[in-house]
Amino acid sequence: MQALDNVRILDLTHHIAGPYATKLFADFGADVIKIEKPGGDVARSLGPFQGGAADPERSGTFFYLNCNKRSVVLDLKSAEGRAALGELAKTADVVVESFAPGTLDALGIGYEYFKAMKPGLPVVSISNFGQNGPYRDYKLTDLTLYAFAGEMYSMGETDREPIKMAGTAALFESGAAAAVGIMGALFSSKRHGIGQHVDVSLAETHFGGVDRRHATAIAFQFSGRKTIRVASHGGGMPQGIYPCADGYVDFTNAGLRPDRVAEMLNHADWLNDERYSDPVQRMNPAVIEEWNGNFIGWCIERTKREIWTEARRAKVMCGPMFTMEDLFTDEAFRNRGFWSKVEHPALGEVTVPGRPFQMQNGGWEMRRAAPLLGQHTAEVLSEVGLSPAAISAASGGVA
Amino acid sequence: MNPKPLEGVRVIDLCVVWAGPFATMLMGDLGAEIIKPENPFVFQPMTRGAMARPPQMLVSASIAWAGGLPNNEVGARPWDYNPTFVSLYRNKKSFTVDLRRPEGLEVLKRLVAESDVVYENNATGTMEGLGITYDWLKEANPKIIFVRVPAYGSDGPYARARALGVHLEAVMGHSLLRGYPDADPSSNTAIYSGDYLAGAQGAFAVMTALWHRDRTGEGQLIEIAQAENAACMFTQAIMDYSLNGNVQGAIANRDVNGRAPFGVYPTLSPGTPATSDDRWIAIGIEDDAQWQAFGAAIGHPDWADETRFATNAGRLEHHDELDQLITGYTATQDDYELMHSLQAVGVSATPVLEASRMFTDPQLREREFFKTQTQRASGTFEYVGPLWQFGETPVEFSQPPVMFGEHNDYVYREILKLSDAEYETLKAGGHIADEYDASVP
Repeated sequence: MQALDNVRILDLTHHIAGPYATKLFADFGADVIKIEKPGGDVARSLGPFQGGAADPERSGTFFYLNCNKRSVVLDLKSAEGRAALGELAKTADVVVESFAPGTLDALGIGYEYFKAMKPGLPVVSISNFGQNGPYRDYKLTDLTLYAFAGEMYSMGETDREPIKMAGTAALFESGAAAAVGIMGALFSSKRHGIGQHVDVSLAETHFGGVDRRHATAIAFQFSGRKTIRVASHGGGMPQGIYPCADGYVDFTNAGLRPDRVAEMLNHADWLNDERYSDPVQRMNPAVIEEWNGNFIGWCIERTKREIWTEARRAKVMCGPMFTMEDLFTDEAFRNRGFWSKVEHPALGEVTVPGRPFQMQNGGWEMRRAAPLLGQHTAEVLSEVGLSPAAISAASGGVA
Repeated sequence: MNPKPLEGVRVIDLCVVWAGPFATMLMGDLGAEIIKPENPFVFQPMTRGAMARPPQMLVSASIAWAGGLPNNEVGARPWDYNPTFVSLYRNKKSFTVDLRRPEGLEVLKRLVAESDVVYENNATGTMEGLGITYDWLKEANPKIIFVRVPAYGSDGPYARARALGVHLEAVMGHSLLRGYPDADPSSNTAIYSGDYLAGAQGAFAVMTALWHRDRTGEGQLIEIAQAENAACMFTQAIMDYSLNGNVQGAIANRDVNGRAPFGVYPTLSPGTPATSDDRWIAIGIEDDAQWQAFGAAIGHPDWADETRFATNAGRLEHHDELDQLITGYTATQDDYELMHSLQAVGVSATPVLEASRMFTDPQLREREFFKTQTQRASGTFEYVGPLWQFGETPVEFSQPPVMFGEHNDYVYREILKLSDAEYETLKAGGHIADEYDASVP
């Protein structure tokens, strides 16, 4: 058994954040019924595509987000489609949706509809800025989400434009936060008998989140100080990113442990130098610069993996900067079982990151590859008693 | 009042830094009781600040998010109001105990018997050094759920590697993917987004295990290898290598899906970056219709109507030139006004909001996002709010950022039901205190 294999999610989300939230449930056993419009989730149009050419069944992003789910095509603009949705709702433990606020209400299938269909059924709505307020209808992309609500302002070089995280990392963070909200709705329902509407604003998941924004905000309230945008190289002994023989390594001397750094460098004598061991002198820019000059010389003679080995030995905080090739070819990650392989009709055998975390009991499984569009329409709708004719009508004739 | 989703769940928080405390904070927001054992003789760096008693110079020289203490003064209890601490320690309780001594461990064991979850994210080996293992916890409580968050997992050659979020993101590829394409990677700023992922997923993991325990009666051990956990954030780069063998590089603010233009452009600024008074707007054009709407919204400058920019392929080919042209326009505009005029025509645009400005944002005010909290050591301030709005079980900040040892009486007398004599003995032994021992720097 898997921990969540008695949970059914009626999943009306699309793009990235919502599907990532429901993916976590699917990965731990939940039956996630992914409702797609007749043309499919917009994520099917997002790259990278196998071979490069756009193809709704060859999107790597869609694939990663939708493994372990079942795809049902419903035309929610038709009465038949909405009737089928109602039948599915009766069997669901929670509804999750990510339409623009007001969209489902306009179709007559908002929170009140689901409540009437199944009293106590929780509904979680994920939107850009929340279900109310002056920005309710404003758009967000990963770029603008991180710019406005995340800590983009202080990321980058002082004299250049602020920059974002890679890919759509901010949307994945929001998706993980939304998953916790969905869990909260499920616990309220199952443990306390309380059904409710949960309003998740992507912006607020960042305004209220971790990674410096939580601290930059209260630091300003406390002190009136603002967090400047600054590259972090060379500001400590060591601190930041350094070049090495085959790339770069990232160091932090947290806990002010010059002893460990000296051990890593086999330079115990540096501990006898007050400039290198006294906490106040260690903040002198001239001392830092001199020390870093020596340190870069040490780094440049070694590969990133060699440096990491020395850092691990001496318990110094360090990360070699890997490329995706480095990561895919790394034996330690492979041997731990990080990667998962699954067969897909269009993509063949696909390698993807597997478990987000390991449970002793009832944990992660790769049960099935991401669904083809509408792959489970007939299967799922017949489970709730729809006739073939009703199924065809509900799905806009594609099933 | 309705019970909160996790009402009745008790969590022991043996966490440090951000990833663990973020997880327990989310559980506390959902109504779980979070109890943090703290050691008066051991300061955990980067949890309640860099040092228990930092020199004023260190605080003043630190970047604001790490050193911006109330009134810019170290004050009497700096461990109670470091910015990185207070924003993660609402809805939590603190009691003190020295876990390095047998009677301290015994206290913990008695608390474990009364709890549901133990959560820790210390450097690998720290818990074992104290004798705290899953087997030891099970002796006290067979149904306990124990969550561990090692950086790279508990086995393999990297098991004992020391890491913060920024290091494991380097290993997972993020640091090479998030810079300026024309700059040396050493220009990157240290960020900790992996702590966000591991924290949120840690709360999710605990609730998954509680769900499992409700069904089966079984507790269990959970391992979140934080590096592995962070992988999802780099899906596009991972899948591009997986499907195509393509190694992606840094593209700064451009769109990973090739839509153009995407960028961050200067706007009218009241000052310079040196005082954090430079202002920028982020704009992303997702399709040709949005490009037309954008051109109309900014008054149809000649360049916006050029046919070579009419298609995404054309805009992508001339992205550098477009960035210059857009900058020529935005540089004379107010960032908020430009957001409103572009959003009015369906274009995704937002200011790059420096943190102090969130407190005047109309959307956040309208939604009553901020929460005012009063902590005795630091005073009354507005804090950022919760991550979700629950209709029937609203998140409340019922306990302000917890002071060191604030709940000694509650934990020792009400939960563990110690006699006065036992309490006095532990106090005499230094276990029970409301500040760090004078020997702790």
